[in-house]
Amino acid sequence: MPGVILLKNGRVIDPANGIDQILDVLIADGRISAVAQPGSLPEQMEGIVYDVQGKWVVPGLIDMHVHLREPGQEYKETIATGTRAAAAGGFTAVAAMPNTRPVNDNQTVTLFILAKAAEAGFARVYPVGAISSGSNGEHLAEFGELRQAGAVAVTDDGLPVGNSQLMRRALEYAGDHDLLVISHAEEMTLSHGGAMNDGPLATRLGLRGIPHVAEEIMVYRDLALAEFTRRPIHIAHVSTRESLALIRRAKEKGVTVTAETAPHYFTLTETAVDGYNTLAKMNPPLRTEADVAAVREALRDGTLDAIATDHAPHAELDKDIEFDLAANGIIGLETAVPLTLQLVRENQLDARRMVELLSVNPARILGVPGGTLSVGAAADITVIDPEMKFVFSRESILSKSRNSPFLGWELQGKAVLTLLDGRITWRQDGDFSS
Amino acid sequence: MDPEYRFSHKHVLGLADLSAEDIRTVLQTAESFKEISSRSIKKVPTLRGKTIINFFFEPSTRTRLSFEVAAKRMSADTFNISSSGSSTVKGETLIDTARNLAAMNPDCIILRHPRSGSARLLADHINASVINAGDGTHEHPSQGLLDLMTVREAKGRIAGLKIAIIGDIAHSRVAHSNIIGFSKMGATVTVCGPATLIPPGIEELGAQVSRTVIEAVEGADVIMALRIQKERQQDPLFPSLREYAKFFGVSQKVVDAASPDAIIMHPGPINRGVELDPQLADGSRSVILEQVTNGVAVRMALIYLIMGGD
Repeated sequence: MPGVILLKNGRVIDPANGIDQILDVLIADGRISAVAQPGSLPEQMEGIVYDVQGKWVVPGLIDMHVHLREPGQEYKETIATGTRAAAAGGFTAVAAMPNTRPVNDNQTVTLFILAKAAEAGFARVYPVGAISSGSNGEHLAEFGELRQAGAVAVTDDGLPVGNSQLMRRALEYAGDHDLLVISHAEEMTLSHGGAMNDGPLATRLGLRGIPHVAEEIMVYRDLALAEFTRRPIHIAHVSTRESLALIRRAKEKGVTVTAETAPHYFTLTETAVDGYNTLAKMNPPLRTEADVAAVREALRDGTLDAIATDHAPHAELDKDIEFDLAANGIIGLETAVPLTLQLVRENQLDARRMVELLSVNPARILGVPGGTLSVGAAADITVIDPEMKFVFSRESILSKSRNSPFLGWELQGKAVLTLLDGRITWRQDGDFSS
Repeated sequence: MDPEYRFSHKHVLGLADLSAEDIRTVLQTAESFKEISSRSIKKVPTLRGKTIINFFFEPSTRTRLSFEVAAKRMSADTFNISSSGSSTVKGETLIDTARNLAAMNPDCIILRHPRSGSARLLADHINASVINAGDGTHEHPSQGLLDLMTVREAKGRIAGLKIAIIGDIAHSRVAHSNIIGFSKMGATVTVCGPATLIPPGIEELGAQVSRTVIEAVEGADVIMALRIQKERQQDPLFPSLREYAKFFGVSQKVVDAASPDAIIMHPGPINRGVELDPQLADGSRSVILEQVTNGVAVRMALIYLIMGGD
């Protein structure tokens, strides 16, 4: 049983309880046992005391979109390495996408993922099941058993559900089993063969483009189906201005839609792929400055509910090849905090909004515990040093893969202590005093 | 020309990387080398002891032979590898194959590959010089240069000319290199083709877009027809070759709308009767075979210059 930990003098940001002030947090028996004025709690002799002055104490971050690659592609990532990277990035929970090999379309794979996650012990893993068997877009997967085994949502992520009738039935049937449906919005006949955002840069590089309408058409379809079936839908990795306008309008109409974006969509534009940089190749592709501005606006105004990394580990052999052939996706768990903090430093977001986007809302959307520092809650806590600067280097990466366009960037802000059920899953070396 | 100027590129991956001065240097060098090919003994010892590998992942008759002839006329040793005979069919990556070739210490690798950016990838991973002999739908710089040479030869200049390029602009690396090259040298480039074959932002490479072929060639000094790749008919890009020929083929009527002394070019191979009227291909205005002849001279110049000749 984890012992007693006292976090002293930190800036406690707990939007669920309307708290943003300097407080002490006491953890005992894996739970939050007190949140109180600095110095008012007795320093227990047998416990650990961390002076976290100048740092933020926030509910454990939840990444609702990661690819852990196990089972099947353990050379890219395992549940152990991926969740360890999650802890180092400040995450106490992740939702694991089903495009493993085999696909997580049945309870056996779900149970395997949960067993591996428990064995590793670095983070809670919420399995996301497939919408269709094998994610092949034909028949519904066994949602009931997936739910019973521990899945919290369903998606064919990595692939869209091309068949509108199947998507409609998935929304309807998911309701029977209290599963969230997550949409990977992509109209495949428009995106087919594309390697980057469609436009002048793609023309110059001689690469086939993925037009923004490929995303928007499917966002619209899925919003329309959600409205029609009166079922909630969550739109994954939103990357375009018009997708956001569609979501905003649907929310105004009362459609139960939530949406996420990833840090790269508010940090980078398509110019990152110039020179055929496969480390910036992803799907949906990086877009234009206007899209980046729209994503930032949507994070502020509530059109977007969550920041998720779409952590997509790939080995060198998947990336150091011809651009057309290179795998889509980048790792993100270890860069999400500093990249989001950059928006706070630029006054695009305030700290409270950042915590909502990275913890409170993902918990609410997925219907899982967390997202709060309420007394009695499980002690899933992240301590962030918003000032700490570091160079994001290959050597520092804990993920098994190193496919990041942010390699070599000087980043600012880092999780320095991550607690899961009151147990330390990550502690930053260096000047962090105890 | 700047007296300090020196051609200093190790690789030739695209005309986007070359300055106007670089291009002038290549053309001047090629013009001086052209004479070698008309001698009875068509060989100079300039590159004796140099090793050049032709590494071709796509079928090619003209370009591969042209590079090989160019290298041999300079006395370099040349070797040909095509994709069906290479390790790539056994699953080896491009970089691994290239590193193995590089381990045999060639001085230059000439790469033809179906993927855009592959020549850059190669150049980033090996020590030898790389010449891009066509990468996907990106660039085909030696074709662009031989086209510039042919126009300069026929017209005495490039600056101020009007060049009309007709056809599949979206999938043509030849079009890309020519738009970049001709506009860099001061010509005006107008492109025309079905809207489905005009890529977004082609203006940023330096081209104007015309809606009709007649409008595109009006007053043009050069009409360049591009090959319609029949295999592209899988995509819904245009209804039929017949309709394409009717609306976008270069016919006598089109030529009549151009400048009275306009020349006709085509990078080959020609689909006679599709993008170009057969009689025009063989007619007096056609410089199509001159393009092929100049191809050897331009490739001799490129190989010579990147190997540090001066």
